[in-house]
Amino acid sequence: MTALRGRSGPPVIVRGTVAAIETQQLAREFEGGIKAVDGVDLEVAEGEIYGFLGPNGAGKTTTVRMLTTLLLPTGGTAVVAGHDVAKDPGAVRRQIGVALQEAALDPLMTGRELLELQATLHAIPKSEGRERGQWLLDRVGLTLAADRRVGTYSGGMRRRLDLASALIHRPVVLFLDEPTTGLDPVSRKAIWEEVRKLNDDGTTVFLTTQYLEEADQLADRVGIISGGRLVAEGTPAVLKAEVGKPHLELCLVEQDGKESRAEEVLTRFGRPLPARDGTLMVELDAGASQVGPIVVALNQAGLDVESLDLVQPSLDDVFVQQTGQHLEGAQRETDETEAVQP
Amino acid sequence: MTGRLAANARVVAALGTRSVRQTLRRPQLLAPLILFPTALLAIQTAGAGRAVDLPGFPPVDNFLSFMLAGSIVQSVMFTGNSGAIAFAIDIEMGFTDRLFAAPISRYAVVLGRLAATATLGAMIAVYFIVLGLIFGAEIKEGLPAAIWIVVLTSTSALAFGSIGAAIALRTNSASVVQGIFPLVFVILFLSDAFFPANLMLDPAAWIAQYNPLSFIVNGIREPVIDGWHLTTQLKAIASVIGIGAFGLLLCEGALRGRVRRGV
Repeated sequence: MTALRGRSGPPVIVRGTVAAIETQQLAREFEGGIKAVDGVDLEVAEGEIYGFLGPNGAGKTTTVRMLTTLLLPTGGTAVVAGHDVAKDPGAVRRQIGVALQEAALDPLMTGRELLELQATLHAIPKSEGRERGQWLLDRVGLTLAADRRVGTYSGGMRRRLDLASALIHRPVVLFLDEPTTGLDPVSRKAIWEEVRKLNDDGTTVFLTTQYLEEADQLADRVGIISGGRLVAEGTPAVLKAEVGKPHLELCLVEQDGKESRAEEVLTRFGRPLPARDGTLMVELDAGASQVGPIVVALNQAGLDVESLDLVQPSLDDVFVQQTGQHLEGAQRETDETEAVQP
Repeated sequence: MTGRLAANARVVAALGTRSVRQTLRRPQLLAPLILFPTALLAIQTAGAGRAVDLPGFPPVDNFLSFMLAGSIVQSVMFTGNSGAIAFAIDIEMGFTDRLFAAPISRYAVVLGRLAATATLGAMIAVYFIVLGLIFGAEIKEGLPAAIWIVVLTSTSALAFGSIGAAIALRTNSASVVQGIFPLVFVILFLSDAFFPANLMLDPAAWIAQYNPLSFIVNGIREPVIDGWHLTTQLKAIASVIGIGAFGLLLCEGALRGRVRRGV
C-alpha cells in the first residue's frame, strides 16, 4: 500500500502493525494550479517515528496541515488515528497533538497560562488541566519559567513549551513540523531527547524536518518529499545503503612514494577513489569491519597512518540521488556541527 | 447536547479571558481605546462647549453630557478595530492554527475573541460614565440608564468587532485591519456622534441621518440628556443586531473560505 518510489531492497520495517496515519494519493492544489502535494501515499505504523524530509517548499508543511485538518485535501484520502481528516476532522483533532512550525505561541501569555488554555481546548477539567500542565512543565524543564511571559523565553524554551502544549491531552499521534529549525545544537538535542521519550511511551510521531541528522537520529523510517511527491521511503540505514558503500579517508605520514604504495594496499580492500588534497580514499566493500585490517596492512607496507575517517553515505546523498539536489539544511547542519566542536 | 454547549461556553470564556488579558498587557492595543477618545472628549468639551447655544442643538445641560455618547461610541469602534488587529496578529503568528487544530468549534475561536471585545466595551462604558460624572455630566435616567449604556456599548463593540474579525480572517493581515482605522473616523464624523445631524450640511447630514452608528449614539445619548424614547432604543437595538448579524455572516464565510483556501 505504501508508495516506495525510487526504492528497492529489503521490505520496510515498522514497529507497529496498525497504521496510525495512512494516505492514498493525497494531493493539494492551490489557486493558480500550484500542486504543493501531488499524490502522496504514506503509511505510518502505530508507535513509529516517521521522518518527513525535504527542502523548503517541497510540500512537507502542506502535508502536515492536511493531516492535522487545517487544510482540506483537493485529492486523495488521509486517515489519521482511524478517522478520515476530511469527513471526521473533529475526531482526528481529539487524537492528535500538533506543534507547528515556528512555535506559534502568544508572547504575552505565561507558559502556565498557555498549557491551561490548551487543556480547556481539549475539554480537560480545570483541576486536572492544572495538574497535567504542571507535570508537563516539569517534564520539559520549564517549571522555573512557568509564570514568565513566553516573550521572554529563548527559542529552545519556546519549542519545549510548544511540545508540552501538544501533549496536554495525551495524543495518540504527534505532529512536529520542523520542531528544531533555528535552534542551537544543544536545544535541538534536548528536543530530540524528549521526542524519544514520548515515542518510548507509545506515541506515534510524524516529524517533518530539513535536518538530515534529525531524521537520521530520530526516525524509524524516513520519507523524502520533493516537488510534492514522495521520492524515497525506508529506514535511514536501508536508504543510505542503497546509495553506496561507506568509504575510508586516510592521511598518511609524509613518505616518498607513499601514494602508489598505499593504492596497492587499498586495492585489496575495495575500490580506490581519486585522492583529494592529499587525502586517500577507498570505497569499502565490507564496511567498517575493514578499517582495522587496512591499518595493519598499511603498517606492514611501511606506511604510517596519521588520521583516518570512515564516511558513511548520508541522507543528503540519498536526496541527491533521488532529486539531483542537495537538501538546504545539509550545509547548515555541517556548519553548526563544526561550530560546536572544540 | 447540553454538555457540548457547556464545553463550548467554557472554551469561549477561556479564549475571551486570554484576549482581554492580551489587550491589557499590550499597551499599543489598549491606548487607542482609552487615551484617544478621552483626549478628544477633553479637547472638544473645552473648545466647542458653546455649540450647545446653536439654534437647533438638542436641549442639554452641558456639552460634556452631549459628547459622552460620541466618545463611548468612538471608543467602541476603536475596541472593535483593536480586537480585530489582535486577532489578525494571532492569525499571522499562527496562534489561531493552534486553536483550529484543537477539537473545538471554529466559531468558538471567533466568539472567544468577540466575547473579549464585548467585555472591553463594557469596561469602556463604565470608564466614560465615571469620567463624565466626575467632570459634571448628568445622566437624566439615572442608574438604569447607566446599566443600559453598558449593555448597548458592550453589544455594539461585539457587533463592530465581528466585522473586524471577518476582515482579519479574510486577509490574515494586521496591516490591512490597521488600514481600516481612518475609515472609523469617517464613519464617526458622518454620524450624530460629535455633532447633531440636523446641524450638518448635506450630504453629510443625509448620511448621518441613516448611519446606523447615529442610531446607536442616540440610544446611548437620549437617556443621558433627555429621557427614554422607545423608538430611539428600538432603532439602536436594531442597528446593533443588524451590524452584528452582518459581521457574523462575514465571519462564517471567511471561516469556510480559510479551510478551502488553506490559509
